[in-house]
Amino acid sequence: MSVKRAARIAYLLLIYGFLYLPILVLVVYSFNDSKYSLEWRGLTWDWYQALLDDPDLWQVALNSALIATLSATVATVIGTMAAVALYRYRFFGKTLLNGLVFVLMLTPDIVMGIALLILFTSLSLPLGFWTLLLAHITFSIPFVVVSVLSRISGFDRYLIEAAKDLGASEFQTFRRVLLPMLAPAVLAGWLLSFTLSMDDVMVSFFVTGPSFEILPLKIYSMVRLGVTPEINALCTLMLGVTLSMVLVAQALLRDRGT
Amino acid sequence: MKSDAVIELRNVSKAYERHTVLRNINLQVRAGEFLTLLGPSGCGKTTILRLLAGFEQADSGEILIAGRDMRALPPEQRHINTVFQSYALFPHLTVFENVAFGPRLQGVRGADLQERVLEALRMVKLEDYSARRPGQLSGGQQQRVAIARAVVNRPLVLLLDEPLSALDYKLRKAMQIELKQLQRRLGITFIFVTHDQEEALSMSDRVAVMNAGRIEQLGTPRQIYETPENLFVARFVGEINTLFGRVVAVDPPYYDICVHERIVRLKSKFIFASGDRVNILIRPEDLRIWREHEGSDEERATLFPAAVEDVVYKGSTVDLIIRLDNGDRLSTTQFFNEDDQAIVNLDFQPGERVFVDWVHDWEVILPHED
Repeated sequence: MSVKRAARIAYLLLIYGFLYLPILVLVVYSFNDSKYSLEWRGLTWDWYQALLDDPDLWQVALNSALIATLSATVATVIGTMAAVALYRYRFFGKTLLNGLVFVLMLTPDIVMGIALLILFTSLSLPLGFWTLLLAHITFSIPFVVVSVLSRISGFDRYLIEAAKDLGASEFQTFRRVLLPMLAPAVLAGWLLSFTLSMDDVMVSFFVTGPSFEILPLKIYSMVRLGVTPEINALCTLMLGVTLSMVLVAQALLRDRGT
Repeated sequence: MKSDAVIELRNVSKAYERHTVLRNINLQVRAGEFLTLLGPSGCGKTTILRLLAGFEQADSGEILIAGRDMRALPPEQRHINTVFQSYALFPHLTVFENVAFGPRLQGVRGADLQERVLEALRMVKLEDYSARRPGQLSGGQQQRVAIARAVVNRPLVLLLDEPLSALDYKLRKAMQIELKQLQRRLGITFIFVTHDQEEALSMSDRVAVMNAGRIEQLGTPRQIYETPENLFVARFVGEINTLFGRVVAVDPPYYDICVHERIVRLKSKFIFASGDRVNILIRPEDLRIWREHEGSDEERATLFPAAVEDVVYKGSTVDLIIRLDNGDRLSTTQFFNEDDQAIVNLDFQPGERVFVDWVHDWEVILPHED
């Protein structure tokens, strides 16, 4: 019995180790007081300090934050409206649209990146800020739709009728009933979009130009010269931001369930 | 008559795709009355409510509310409120805000709003719960909030879509009484939808029994129960026994009808011809059971011999399932009768031989329907 149990625990540790050990190593080495060797030489904040002192990197980080904020916001507005429309109305092609949302989510990034690149160049749009923004909005929308739709589907279907019955117009119904009830899902969708945008390499790689650099691509190019402790530190920071956002999103979706 | 109809449906029909749910409905609802639409699921009763509330449009016919044609008016502009089966309370708002939802949209503010909402909550005895959210209330309390949220708007008509069906038996009984009292106090016209015939009979001023998109009969609970106009109504509203018979002699309004080889002389408001097949309908409580030693031989000649098949003790009554010697099964309800020593115990045994008849004139005779 205890042998079986020990085996089971070992198996579990192996799985978790395989999944999370690399990340843990990265985080640990971001504090390692050694520039080139993998040998542990004690704790240091130097690499984080170096990041703070790098104005170039700051600019790139700000670019990323700007794109993430804008794309998440636009995607949230469009995605929320789409979800409400999918729930509320019957229209031609509704099932198709519903399916396309999932297709978009499952499309390999490389396919989407190349597809968007072809689109932008055929429209002769210069690659840079705007193309990047459009691309990020595009791949974020389905995640907002799914997040909002899953919440709205759990609603009592008579709530909207009840609001109208009590004298609310279409807009008042949306403003006073649907939106407040959807708020957690809308916010969760925003946070999800933000993190997706923050760490996207593949699609961004195709649709941005040299004029506008963002963090994931910057790291990608830095890594080509070798993994430095600064990169570990930077990745650790991104991990922290992403993780906390996802946690907040999860908490919002679970909380205040009706 | 015409002036006090607050709601009038004229030749209203409705179909979903090819499935007809309402066929030529004509209905007048009087101001201040408690009208119940009673019928099995899918009979179209809820569709009538949805047409009145404005959630659906009729395919043909007219719907008048307070004399005004409602066709073009969306739900939010109708002076009608609904209590939904699921209550449909807004989960993100407190009880107070739920009730205040309607008045706020009407522009009621400040002290006026406070007063109106609290008055409505007092009416349903929930004034202490105004700060709670619907999720923190019991089913019965949520039900009351839904009623307060509707009546606070002082509607011309209140529509109630099976509002008690989610409550347990005891609470449902209590709410039936409360609702009826509330309706009397407010003087608002109630249109109540249910599939529960007991609920319909005990609460309503009038009942419309519906089946397959038609109103089969409209009348007071008493008319519906005691003089059903057709077999559907008779069978849907309460338990009833059907005896098959044939008219052998005609002397309107009296008819000699042959039932199980016995001739009985009965009165009917229908016109029958000799040879017509009829159904004689008798409520379980109108059947009389005679034990073997009761009555003279003369009396016994007019009774139907039978055997007790099952005895169901129900506290205030004893229900007997009996089988006539020709094979028909009847159900009867016997009340404990302090004055009748022979019956006082109602200690019938399965298999016991008995005789049956009924209180003449309490039966209903309807033409036979195939």
